[in-house]
Amino acid sequence: MTDTIRRAQILDTELKRPELTSQLEETWKTERGLWGALSTVDHKIIGRRYITTAFVFLLLGGVLAMLIRLQLAGPEGRLIGPDRYNQIFTMHGANMMFLFAVPVMEAMGVYLVPLMVGTRNIAFPRLNAFSYWMFLAGGLVLWISFALDMGPDVGWFAYVPLSGPQYAPGKRADIWAQMITFTEVAALAVAVEIVVTVFKQRAPGMSLDRIPLFVWAMLVTSFVVIMAMPAIMVASTSLILDRLVGTHFFNPAEGGDVLLWQHLFWFFGHPEVYIIFIPAVGMVSTLVATFSRRPVFGYLPLVVALIGTGILAFGLWVHHMFTTGLPRLGESFFTASSMAIAIPSGVQIFCWIATLWEGRPVFKTPLLFVIGFIVTFVIGGLTGVMVASVPFDTQVHDTYFVVAHFHYVLIGGAVFPLLGAVYYWFPKFTGRMMSERLGRWAFWLIFTGFHATFFPMHILGLEGMPRRVYTYQPDLPWHGLNLFASASAIILAAGFFVFFIDVVMSARSGNPAGDNPWDAPTLEWATSSPPPAYNFAQIPVVSSANPLWEQPGALNVANGLHTDRREVVVTTITTAEPQARESSPQNCIWPLWTAIATSVMLVWSIFSPWAVVWGSIPIAITLIGWFWPKGTPEDEA
Amino acid sequence: MKRRIGTARLGLPLLLLLGGCDNWQSALEARGASAISLKHLIILIVAVCSVIWMLVMIAMIHALWRRRTAWRAPLDLVPPRERRLGWIVSICTGLTAVIILGFTVASFFTTRDISVAGQDDLTIRIGGLQWWWSVEYLDPDPSAGFVSANEIHIPTGRNVRLLLQGDDVIHSFWVPSLAGKQDLIPGRTNEITIRAERPGAYRGQCAEFCGLQHAHMGFLVTADTPEDFARWARAQRAPAANSADDEEIAAGRDVFMRKPCAGCHSIRGTQATGTSGPDLTHLASRAFIAAGLLPTSRGALAAWVADPQTLKPGNNMPLVPLTPDELRAMSAYLASLK
Amino acid sequence: MKERVVLDLSKLPLHALGPASVTWWGTLGFMLIEGTGFALVIAVYLYLMSLAPIWPLNAQPPNLLAGTVMTVVLIASVVPNIMLSRWAEHQDLRKVRIGMVVMSVLGIVPLIIRVFEFATLNIKWDSNAYGSVVWTLLGLHTTHIITDLIDTLVLTALMFTRHGDNLRRYGDVQDNAMYWNFVVAAWLPIYGCIYWLARI
Ligand code: HEA
Ligand code: HEA
Ligand code: HEC
Ligand code: CUA
Ligand SMILES: [Cu+2]
Repeated sequence: MTDTIRRAQILDTELKRPELTSQLEETWKTERGLWGALSTVDHKIIGRRYITTAFVFLLLGGVLAMLIRLQLAGPEGRLIGPDRYNQIFTMHGANMMFLFAVPVMEAMGVYLVPLMVGTRNIAFPRLNAFSYWMFLAGGLVLWISFALDMGPDVGWFAYVPLSGPQYAPGKRADIWAQMITFTEVAALAVAVEIVVTVFKQRAPGMSLDRIPLFVWAMLVTSFVVIMAMPAIMVASTSLILDRLVGTHFFNPAEGGDVLLWQHLFWFFGHPEVYIIFIPAVGMVSTLVATFSRRPVFGYLPLVVALIGTGILAFGLWVHHMFTTGLPRLGESFFTASSMAIAIPSGVQIFCWIATLWEGRPVFKTPLLFVIGFIVTFVIGGLTGVMVASVPFDTQVHDTYFVVAHFHYVLIGGAVFPLLGAVYYWFPKFTGRMMSERLGRWAFWLIFTGFHATFFPMHILGLEGMPRRVYTYQPDLPWHGLNLFASASAIILAAGFFVFFIDVVMSARSGNPAGDNPWDAPTLEWATSSPPPAYNFAQIPVVSSANPLWEQPGALNVANGLHTDRREVVVTTITTAEPQARESSPQNCIWPLWTAIATSVMLVWSIFSPWAVVWGSIPIAITLIGWFWPKGTPEDEA
Repeated sequence: MKRRIGTARLGLPLLLLLGGCDNWQSALEARGASAISLKHLIILIVAVCSVIWMLVMIAMIHALWRRRTAWRAPLDLVPPRERRLGWIVSICTGLTAVIILGFTVASFFTTRDISVAGQDDLTIRIGGLQWWWSVEYLDPDPSAGFVSANEIHIPTGRNVRLLLQGDDVIHSFWVPSLAGKQDLIPGRTNEITIRAERPGAYRGQCAEFCGLQHAHMGFLVTADTPEDFARWARAQRAPAANSADDEEIAAGRDVFMRKPCAGCHSIRGTQATGTSGPDLTHLASRAFIAAGLLPTSRGALAAWVADPQTLKPGNNMPLVPLTPDELRAMSAYLASLK
Repeated sequence: MKERVVLDLSKLPLHALGPASVTWWGTLGFMLIEGTGFALVIAVYLYLMSLAPIWPLNAQPPNLLAGTVMTVVLIASVVPNIMLSRWAEHQDLRKVRIGMVVMSVLGIVPLIIRVFEFATLNIKWDSNAYGSVVWTLLGLHTTHIITDLIDTLVLTALMFTRHGDNLRRYGDVQDNAMYWNFVVAAWLPIYGCIYWLARI
């Protein structure tokens, strides 16, 4: 601790450009070496780390998927036994949803939102660091238990009583529930950061109608996270309590209820899929505009559609429970509300096509993925509308038809835009371009491989093949299509392989990108690629939704910030009038300690309820270390 | 696809296998009243959606190919064109609303259609267990009711009400050729009505993930003419066959009663009254054993008893060590339980 | 990129208070998360209640005394809490210090009452689903009291150091006061649920 409290003194107005940047660099930099890496709070470093980790989980989950396809390639597969198979598909689903899809979208937000709104760091950067460590710990817990043959085997939605104390002895179901806690804590933290960043740290002049659509999408997503994730926390906590201390939430013999689990889970689980999807449409809106060479058509309807999707998302959960025997009137309501979501989705599809129509499409790899997205997602959305019909769903629920539906929307609707977004923003992340040639290869392999793998599953479902079966009998006529799907999955995997190769090679030796290689309109392109630690030497001032297209080559900026403390501009919520110069925390190791202490407590609590008592003490200590002022200019006003 | 069930029940699975490519567990091969309504709905919605998809694709492709030019500076917007596009987008949105309204209404009527199927003639309680089905024919006169497993017989042309109850975890009752699925949930009772117009055998399978052997939790619904059904029911009500004169069978029964088997299985007319395994009273009259795992035959029964855990890993029947002689006798006995 | 300075921010304050500040919104965000959590557990309570043939399931309703005392104490604590918040706004260090000590005590008292509450619920968590949900509701609220208490204690200690007299700390005091109001507000529906719904 320093003796005196230091205060910020140097204003950027007093400095010449080279001095300014070197001073800012000094103030905002991340130390080299391990210590620097562990204590950094730079949203770009954390975001990049987050994205990379999530893609590693995609790869791992993809390998599991290939094992699934290998096992199902023929009838009576003997490669994997039922016990392993159940772990594998549960791991695949849980890993893809909780460790890949949600985190990767949040991570894109962590990296991009501060840049797109023109600020120097995300709000609560230390919480951001903590979030990453929690995410990493959750992923490690899940995969280490899988390696130890303790991986969860109850499906990604872990229905009780199968996951309850009576039918799931051992610790597998607890691992699932606790992995949920880790990833939810991480996601909730990021959600709060993004909401506050968007509300309070937008560049002066970026009123609500000038917020980039991707930022809108992340804002809506964050609210959905905030409202939805508590449900799964309540659910997984009650499950653990039932399993560990003998409560009876889900035990019908003692007044509990089995369907209570499903209500709680899907009240989260349905919004969850839009948590994955909404950021993806934000990416699509961004890409469509840049590669049509015009502002996106229908900014306002697109924003309304995002918000509408976010709100409607909470009125649909029962459509996952259509065969549980709920009252018919209720079911009709949920049919109507589920189908109603076709309207905001439709509006977006129509607006994007309108943008392309009145634009001059440029067929670079990111646009290819957008086109692939439209082709694929519309199929997935339409099959979604099909399963939203109660009677229709009674035939296809829990079959491969649903497996097809959700891979169409998850991969077609979210992963395609994500891959497009990676091609698009990679130059910003790394300063280097990805390869157009490999990009095209990746796209076509993934696109054809995807459809060939998953389209037949619709038919399999209608032909009576239930999901989550480790094998099927030869007298049922499913082997032809299964074999075809499995063979096609190799093409799909090859596509991802090309993509990963392209990423690795381009990161090392891609062509230098320059600040704004796509001539894109939003603020993240107003700074260098990759951006400096402080993002912008001077904070941009915005007067339109597409600031870089407004006056090419020029940028309005503000000055009057200190350079010797980390400082960001706080603006009003609606019109983004500057309100204050707020400090932004320095690098700090305590979030890591807190994450370690929290992880120890959470894992320990699988084995003993007392962990919650004793394990909280180190958490409290680390939190005090985190928040106790260090006497730096950032800690005082 | 008429699958008449002859007297030679044991030949049935073979027949089915040779029967060729048509599928007896498929929503597209609808043979029951409600499955037929559902199939119509499915075809309608899929057709409309296919058209929608095609229109969207045409619009997109046209938009992409309309004016392909080289990379250029950002365009300026032309207000009248933007306004026109605005109209088109609004109209499409309106159409979307109309179509989904249509789908909702169609769904509603289909649901009504399949639920108001007249009065029920027969009530059966179906219990879902890890990983087999208990089937209990309820009769106002309790002595006329009887218990079976894994195979449900119904009379054609009648509404059969099924009471679905999960006895351990959640399972789901699904015979796609007859009706949509319905879950069996512990602590609740669900109902579903099925009706087959023609005699035939329809395969069903548990559709809700229920643990290790969820994949092998099949069952059979056999629709018989009312006369055949009455004959069958009479036979089922009777206690187990008692072929006391056959030495091997008698020996097998002896082993069964001596070994733990009787603690888990019931065979009416004997002292075996266990309930944690399927009722075996008329085991050999069923087409499959172990929930659709194997076609019933003496060999299959022997294989099953000899090592249930290899045939169906993880299932709840333990391996009970038997000598080869005991096993031979046992399989003879089991095969005699017609 | 050519940069053109169009705005001078050097007159802006170096820290924002209340709704202008980032931490205020962060606190609000976490309150929203936790509020949703409370609402959901209450929903679970109502759901189980709606399924049960009798309520409470095989138990006497909880005794009213401890819970009602709790309610009174919590509501009463809002008064010094609001005063504290106002003193913080006026950056009156001496009063803020006094207020923080008072609020620390007012954080400990409910914990003592809570022990009696648990003891007079007339049901155990592992007796039946009713017991489970009541214990969970009460437990969840207790953890909120504890976390806020720790927060208050640490902040109280801070106010007595050289870091105390500082705009940021006053902001923290205000946010902490806001959070305590939330803890109190969250209690009221829970109180109604546990003590009165079990009686009708
Ligand atoms: C990114 C994820 C994502 C997205 C975007 C969606 C989108 C939709 N989903 Fe899907 N869904 C999942 C992920 C997703 N889903 C997952 C993971 C599951 C399974 C979970 C599990 O069981 O493991 C699931 C399961 C699921 C079910 C339960 C099925 C079952 O278990 O039996 C239902 C039922 O209603 C449903 C409906 C819908 C609907 C109506 C949409 C709508 O939002 C789609 C709207 C889009 C369009 C309709 C296309 C564009 C519109 C137009 C071109 C306009 C014209 C259209 C019309 C006139 C109709 N989904
Ligand atoms: C975003 C989410 C996401 C993604 C991306 C995927 C991707 C894939 N999924 Fe999965 N899936 C789910 C979410 C997802 N899935 C969910 C939620 C479930 C439900 C789980 C449950 O029921 O509980 C499910 C279930 C599921 C099933 C049903 C299992 C069952 O019910 O028994 C199947 C079966 O085919 C399947 C297949 C695949 C395949 C082939 C891919 C492929 O797209 C994967 C391709 C990627 C790779 C292969 C990795 C990269 C490749 C390389 C680096 C090349 C080198 C590697 C090899 C050659 C092995 N998935
Ligand atoms: C611990 C209980 C238990 C014991 C002991 C037991 N079984 Fe079973 N048995 C079961 C269960 C459970 C099933 C259903 C398995 C499945 O299909 O998943 C079953 C299934 C069967 C079936 C197939 C029934 C059908 O309807 O398809 C036969 C035949 C059978 N057992 C015979 C025997 C014999 C013979 C013995 C003694 C040597 C025996 N069982 C001992 C529990 C038991
Ligand atoms: Cu029973 Cu799946
Ligand atoms: Cu859903």
